[in-house]
Amino acid sequence: MAQTFAASSTLPARQTKVLGLLPAIIFLVLALVPVAAVFGPESYLLGLFTRVMVFAIAAMALDFICGYGGLVSFGHAAFVGIGAYAVGILGSHGITDMLVALLVALLVSAIFAYLTGTVCLRTKGVYFIMITLAFGQMAYFIAGSLAPYGGDDGLTVRLRSTFLGFPFLQSDRTFYYFVLLSLFVAYLLFRAIVYSRFGRVFRGARENPTRIATLGFDVFRFQRVGYVIAGAIAGLSGFLLANATEFVSPAYMSWQRSGELIIMVLFGGIGSLHGAIIGAAAYLLVEEVLGGITEQWKLIFGPLLVLVVLFARGGLLGLAHAIGGRLDRG
Amino acid sequence: MADPVLQLNDLHKNFGGLVVTDGVTLDIGQGELHAVIGPNGAGKTTLINQISGLIAPTAGTIRFNGTDITGLPANKRAELGLARSFQITSVLPRFSALENVALAVQARAGTSYRFFGRADREQTVNNAASAALSEVGLAERKQTVAGHLSHGEKRALELAIALAMQPKLLLLDEPMAGTGHEESARLIDVLRRLKGRFSMLLVEHDMNAVFALADRISVLTYGRILASGAPDAVRTHPQVVAAYLGEEME
Amino acid sequence: MSTGLFVVQVLNGLQFGVLLFLIAAGLTLVFGVMDFINLAHGVQYMLGAYLAVAFYALTGNFLITLFLALAAALLFGLLLEFVVFRHLYDRDHLEQVIATFGIIIFLNQAVKTVWGAAPLTLPIPEIFTGSIVLMPGLLYPVWRLVIIASGLAVGVLLNMLVSRTRVGMLVRAGATNARIVSALGVDIRRLFMIVFGFGTMLAAFAGAMIAPILSVEPGMGDTVLILAFVVIVIGGIGSMRGAFLAALLIGLVDTLGRSFAIDILRLVMPPSPARTVGPAIASMLIYLLMALVLYFRPAGLFPARGR
Repeated sequence: MAQTFAASSTLPARQTKVLGLLPAIIFLVLALVPVAAVFGPESYLLGLFTRVMVFAIAAMALDFICGYGGLVSFGHAAFVGIGAYAVGILGSHGITDMLVALLVALLVSAIFAYLTGTVCLRTKGVYFIMITLAFGQMAYFIAGSLAPYGGDDGLTVRLRSTFLGFPFLQSDRTFYYFVLLSLFVAYLLFRAIVYSRFGRVFRGARENPTRIATLGFDVFRFQRVGYVIAGAIAGLSGFLLANATEFVSPAYMSWQRSGELIIMVLFGGIGSLHGAIIGAAAYLLVEEVLGGITEQWKLIFGPLLVLVVLFARGGLLGLAHAIGGRLDRG
Repeated sequence: MADPVLQLNDLHKNFGGLVVTDGVTLDIGQGELHAVIGPNGAGKTTLINQISGLIAPTAGTIRFNGTDITGLPANKRAELGLARSFQITSVLPRFSALENVALAVQARAGTSYRFFGRADREQTVNNAASAALSEVGLAERKQTVAGHLSHGEKRALELAIALAMQPKLLLLDEPMAGTGHEESARLIDVLRRLKGRFSMLLVEHDMNAVFALADRISVLTYGRILASGAPDAVRTHPQVVAAYLGEEME
Repeated sequence: MSTGLFVVQVLNGLQFGVLLFLIAAGLTLVFGVMDFINLAHGVQYMLGAYLAVAFYALTGNFLITLFLALAAALLFGLLLEFVVFRHLYDRDHLEQVIATFGIIIFLNQAVKTVWGAAPLTLPIPEIFTGSIVLMPGLLYPVWRLVIIASGLAVGVLLNMLVSRTRVGMLVRAGATNARIVSALGVDIRRLFMIVFGFGTMLAAFAGAMIAPILSVEPGMGDTVLILAFVVIVIGGIGSMRGAFLAALLIGLVDTLGRSFAIDILRLVMPPSPARTVGPAIASMLIYLLMALVLYFRPAGLFPARGR
């Protein structure tokens, strides 16, 4: 029978040398994209990969609670939306300072995560999935009803976030590296947390919450803290998204968006953090490439998802491990 | 005189119309090893679950070293010094044996709301965990992933985890379940060495273990205590013999 | 707020609730027996509507259309089960969500490709057109009453099937503890196919019945799907009774909430903020309700499975 969650390894046990270096390779590649982009449609490529990184941050946050904590949230896009709206709403009142907007984005996301987590984390299994979906929908409808802030149509962000009045994010290149830095920091943060004392309890709670409780840990509290951290980082992603697209809309919080985040995590390989980056890239690139080929690309994409689930368990990283394993033995 | 480590007072547990625990009153003294035996379905695991806090009793109280813990959640009871092993092995299968035990040590060694620093490299914690594993004879297997251990090794691991909690009372729910002759003999040895260090409540079917280890025995049938006392007294108790009609009692 | 308007909205709420029940009924049993999250259930509903439009264009007779649409939907559902679903029963919920999400994406696009993106309609059957007089000065569309009546009839039929027949008993047992039922020698897979087939037909039936009064368009199954999930979560997974009660509750709360939110709020706040806050609260109402229920009953109101 289906369980709520049972994914790949918690911590990478054995890896081939190359796979161990994969996170470093990923960041190196990302750092070099703007350099390579000069030789092509620069603005388009920068924009695409900026979006990849922005979603990668949100996907990583989801991978943390999902892959390591066993908490499958179907409402994670809500936090992205909250972060985005922080930028939009403050911007519409003339406040564009980055520190203010970021602080508000993180704080409001964290509070929303705390409040909804308090209710959601009392449930488990599919009930948890559904109630996170419900709260995501709530956020979506609240955003859509904010008439002074665009309502259903959304809000334009006239100016990207400024620092001490200086619009240094206006340049696409600078913005790209700013997002890359954020992604890197988020990655380091989650890696540290996963290996920490807190992370060990959090991961243990996914495998056997009863056992963890009888050791003396308040499982609910630990999970809620993890949920809040993931929510806040997704809020960071939203802050960056609003700046990237210079637009804010309730659609950022739709359940379809939450579903897309889950797909990104799965594509890359659940429970690996850097897998989320790969997954976000895979998802957005497939969308771009297929969309370029035909308008009916979803006819291909839908079955592709099914095939990935059926045959590529562990996502792209899983495939890489399998191939790496063969090469090792070969 | 010191408080008994555990005092169950008229404990009742109903599941709808089904009465599983029917007025259990029991005392366990400091340093005592108290065995609870009884036929299958007598309600032994339910009793342990109520004591450890996974099930709430319908009526009655539980006192632990004088403190009323009836309303406390399981993790709070663990903090107070109540440890348990599970009848159906309950370890963290993807963690190594060492990490399984280290988590138990970590629970007692300062706050776990630490978000930086590698937990698996904490020397003091790892040393204490290794020590517990050595006590149960698993020192060689500490790096093995728990899911790959043999059944008997997993039972030993359960014990090591409980030991690492430095309990005042250890609840053992059929630790010998499913183990072979050699492994259960080893477990009995371990338990014998641990006697007196802390109190233990041992639920078991294996009569060898029970009579080798117990200071006192209580017999549970249909959720009620039929007899309670020194092993010899219980062994010859007429009602107990009748309840175990056909079963070997060496 | 007149009594007439209130009555109309109550009836609308019941009609919506009945629709949700038809969709949720199949969903909750599928979930209860196989522990399978089927996001693609919404597209069965959408397909029912599209098939109804297509067959009506061919036959011009609603009854035949209904029959054909249900048969086609059943076949399609069984095909999906055979090709995709049965490989997912042992997977975790996350993977089931993604796979069935992929099916939604595919079918929403497929429907657009075959029938175009423009909304389609279906005429109401002759004898049921028009409205009847409920109260002096109050007219109500006959077709909506037909929907309510047929939904209730299906509810009664399902209740009889589930509580009076042997198969029904097996289904209830399976929803409570599938492993034991299977261990008793019951072919749980065959049982499931019966449940699944039935659920598919119910969803398609709902789609066909609603087609005359709602526009048939790609993606129409998505919002309804979410609501159906809310229904089964509130009602308790695996429980028909729960699904029925929760569906009616949600239908009423949502409809009445949307109609009267502003009026109710105006009792406690000035009209202008009431007009802004009202619609927002109305759309969130169901989710607030679900959060509330799950806070006190984390497994819904009538969970089939004991926790």
